[in-house]
Amino acid sequence: MATEHAEHVQQALTPSSYIEHHLSFNAHPFNESAGFWTLHVDTFVMSVALGLIVMGLVWLVARKATSGVPSKGQAFVELTFGFIDDQVKNIFHGNRHSFIAPTALTVFLWVFAMNSMDFLPVDWVAGIVSFFGGEHAKWRAVPTSDINTTFALALSVWILMIFFSIKVKGLGGWIHELFCSPFGSKIWVWPANFLFNLIEYVSKPLSHSLRLFGNMYAGEVIFLLLGLWAATGVSGTIFGAILGAGWSIFHILIVALQAFIFMMLTVVYLAMAHESH
Amino acid sequence: MNINFTLIAQAIAFAVLIWFTVKFVWPPLLNAIETRQKEIADGLAAASEGRNSLEVAAKKSEVTLNEAKQRASEIIGQAEKRGSQIVEEAKGAAKTEGDRILAGAKAEIEQEVNRAKEGLRAQVSALAIAGAEKILRKEIDGKAHSDMLSKLAAEL
Repeated sequence: MATEHAEHVQQALTPSSYIEHHLSFNAHPFNESAGFWTLHVDTFVMSVALGLIVMGLVWLVARKATSGVPSKGQAFVELTFGFIDDQVKNIFHGNRHSFIAPTALTVFLWVFAMNSMDFLPVDWVAGIVSFFGGEHAKWRAVPTSDINTTFALALSVWILMIFFSIKVKGLGGWIHELFCSPFGSKIWVWPANFLFNLIEYVSKPLSHSLRLFGNMYAGEVIFLLLGLWAATGVSGTIFGAILGAGWSIFHILIVALQAFIFMMLTVVYLAMAHESH
Repeated sequence: MNINFTLIAQAIAFAVLIWFTVKFVWPPLLNAIETRQKEIADGLAAASEGRNSLEVAAKKSEVTLNEAKQRASEIIGQAEKRGSQIVEEAKGAAKTEGDRILAGAKAEIEQEVNRAKEGLRAQVSALAIAGAEKILRKEIDGKAHSDMLSKLAAEL
């Protein structure tokens, strides 16, 4: 570790080292060989903290929810609630209140909060972290720009999808559907059907997770590139700040939109699992 | 960009968050909102019901008012008629009473006149007889002539 530190100190601050520093995780390997058994502490801490804060705030309001005149906080939470509930109602025609709608609310609020970490100035985050953890401590503040997070969510949804498929149609019904839809139940189209469903089952979690990851990762990289302008002098700093502000404003749209899309896809996938073909 | 244990940790965090929301966040919010929706719907229904009954009551009161007005004018008309009738009756009664008193008075006067006439007649005939007696004492049969004179007196 010491030599590594020394290396970093000697290294001049170049654009590539700046970007590399901001794009590497605070990885904590559990054993010597590292590999799979590594935890990104920054991603995990940020996402869990945000999840606790966001759902905790909603819980604080929900706990004291009254059917009378709502407080401003309750009115805001109810707006979110109504928004999510309407979306789910349009897609899923079953008992949505027992699982799917609350899941949609969780996904939307959590992903939105995690995406929003993109608004924190990257160098401030780095500054705070280096104040506590040494000059070259790494910290990526946006959990959704870590493929592990988006893939974890997408895979969880994927597992729920298969779970609900089997729960609604039975194991036999699900396997029957794998082979007999979408082209029909004749035996010579079974391979085509199965291939089709296989592609669908593989592509769903991939597109689900990579869409969110790609958007947030690209957003972060653009912030870093704009941040680099500060290295070119006063005018570069001013332009970088102006463009950074512009990109931040545009990024509000992306943050909200990607959270919404991720939530909608979650609901659509789970609703599709409930439908028989 | 490498897949590692973070994936599993995040999936567990996700599961816990979903469980928390399903268990503690969604039900109270749903309950509050549905209760309020029901209360508002009930309130609106009650309001429209009240509006309806108000309309019905307004109509009913208008009808009653009209009826009352009609009845009042009827009563006034009847009273006026009855009043003039009473006045007429009183006038009639007074006139008959007056006539009757007048007729009684006239009849009494006539009676008095007749009685006076009778008295006068009787006295005249007695006077005539007495005069005739004095003048014709000897040759005249008092009885036969008094008959004749009383006939004469009756003819007066």
